[in-house]
Amino acid sequence: GFANKTKMNLFTAINSAMQTALETDPSTVIFGEDVGFGGVFRCSTGLRDQFGSDRVFNTPLSETGIAGFAIGYAAQGGTSVAEIQFADYIFPALDQLVNEMSKFRYRSGNQWNCGGVTVRTPVGAVGHGGHYHSQSPEAYLAHTPGLVVVMPRGPRAAKGLLLSSIRSKDPVIFMEPKALYRASVEDVPDDDYMIPLGKAEILRSGSDVTVVGWGGQLRILQKACDMAQSEHGISCELIDLRTILPWDVDCVVDSTEKTGKLVVSHEAPITCGFGAEVVATVQERSFLSLEAPIQRVCGYDTPFPLVFEKYYIPDELKNLEAIKKVVDYAQ
Amino acid sequence: GFCHLYDGQEAVATGINAAFEPEDDWITSYRCHCIALLRGGTIKEIVGELFGLSCGMSQAKGGSMHFYNKAGHFWGGAGIVGAQVPLGTGLAFANKYAVKPGEPMNVAIGCYGDGAANQGQIWESANMASLWKLPMIFCIENNQYGMGTSIDRHSSHSDYYKMGNHIPGIRIDGMNVLAVKKGMEFVREFASTGNGPMYVEMMTYRYHGHSMSDPGTTYRNREEIAFTRSTRDPLEFVKKTMIDAGFATAEELKETEKRIRKAVQKEVMEAKESARPSLDSLITHVYAADVETKGNQEYPDHIRMPDYAKSFWNTQ
Repeated sequence: GFANKTKMNLFTAINSAMQTALETDPSTVIFGEDVGFGGVFRCSTGLRDQFGSDRVFNTPLSETGIAGFAIGYAAQGGTSVAEIQFADYIFPALDQLVNEMSKFRYRSGNQWNCGGVTVRTPVGAVGHGGHYHSQSPEAYLAHTPGLVVVMPRGPRAAKGLLLSSIRSKDPVIFMEPKALYRASVEDVPDDDYMIPLGKAEILRSGSDVTVVGWGGQLRILQKACDMAQSEHGISCELIDLRTILPWDVDCVVDSTEKTGKLVVSHEAPITCGFGAEVVATVQERSFLSLEAPIQRVCGYDTPFPLVFEKYYIPDELKNLEAIKKVVDYAQ
Repeated sequence: GFCHLYDGQEAVATGINAAFEPEDDWITSYRCHCIALLRGGTIKEIVGELFGLSCGMSQAKGGSMHFYNKAGHFWGGAGIVGAQVPLGTGLAFANKYAVKPGEPMNVAIGCYGDGAANQGQIWESANMASLWKLPMIFCIENNQYGMGTSIDRHSSHSDYYKMGNHIPGIRIDGMNVLAVKKGMEFVREFASTGNGPMYVEMMTYRYHGHSMSDPGTTYRNREEIAFTRSTRDPLEFVKKTMIDAGFATAEELKETEKRIRKAVQKEVMEAKESARPSLDSLITHVYAADVETKGNQEYPDHIRMPDYAKSFWNTQ
């Protein structure tokens, strides 16, 4: 265990991780739109004052430029932490991420790599974001071999996962659930610590049904599992994937083979969301262990709405219904 | 949704509209309330959209950043910075394609900020507009700040009207509505008669922060804001000009302001009476055919909504 912990919210934990990265690796630079004064979500507060504006600096409004620039710096051996201000803005940079970043090591036969890149970006619903401040684009990026895609569920996970991401030898897209920046508060170790990438975490053990999610969705799933236990006596095993690409297949498969039932939930639209990948793999590996069709509880196939966000979100009631459905089916 | 105010920049939109024909096409960024009003919108529709009610200009689908008005040739209202410019170039191309021989073309104007001016897609559009001599106007509303970053810290050169290189450009005092109108008449004449695109830089200022989430004072000082307001305010300029020219007295202008305030208040109250949009608006208009459903499903195929009848919450 760690000796010293501080109550931190998500943006403070991320700030702490970036500060540690800047302290321990002199080649680390942090850049993006408006990060100098602290950033729109305050993740980079104080870093420019502490480390100087040659290491923490603003870029112009140029996502493609930001991504390519990050790759080039990392290819020469540096560590670049690039911020895309909202994940909704990541699409101009998609060409750099998909065609350059993910293929850099592969196409050069390992002469070079851009593992020093970490792209940080806020994702997810925030109550009033509407079409262009609420998206969760993990599925687009998970479809790209060569990238690593990570999404923490809270401050403690965020600091450890971000340090692992920054130090990873592969380029990482680090997605931060923006609704949690201030709302989620946990005890976070003051020390330098890392949480392994590619490994899921079982948040609660259970025997009746496996429930899988990532990022901000875990808060909702915890509530659904609580309700399932208290109102219906259903024992849920809840898994946080933590890393979306490459994802911890064995963890989810082992759990599903134990419980025989699976519910996957994410905010992004259901068609071709990352849940589809989980379902396809699990049924392929564990078909005979399944006692009910796997359920996906996701956003609808529409642009992210403004006024009807509450109806769109896969909340705890929809998830409870899916949990009950698989349990009833299996009986 | 996130809300971006235009106060301080009013002369730009007003002057452009005065120089334009109603059939000229206008596309802009999220800082679009004034332009929405000029281009056929009503206070009720604008406020209704902000309230998320069905009388809103876009039926409350998108909120503040997403006003659209087909009859007013107003194409919004864009959330992604710079994305409106290639779109505007396409609108200009359509205008050129559809023009009858011998007649002048309708122009298309794409308004964007100094922060957007270095987006790659704008350079791409400018090249296309110049190559094909499109009736396109690239209009930079230079309010000196790209959100929280001043122009000297986000742009390697800030003579935005020169950014078109070989595309001619003009810089206009955006706080003076008469200068904007006269300047835009010149620009419109140029672009609509087959000379190709033109760059326009409007020197302007915004009093509020980037959006309602931004106090606007962490990256600039209050003296600057107050000084601009007291020396260059666009509305004060209009009032002073009218009084000096003898078109109106100060008392008449006060009465006019009172009358306008009352009318706005009336429309706001009317908007408040409007109904919330129905849940159907969540799933309609995704595709052309999505109002049609197949079989006995209540919702179209591509929307896999839960079946409430089968829900255990439905205790009927």
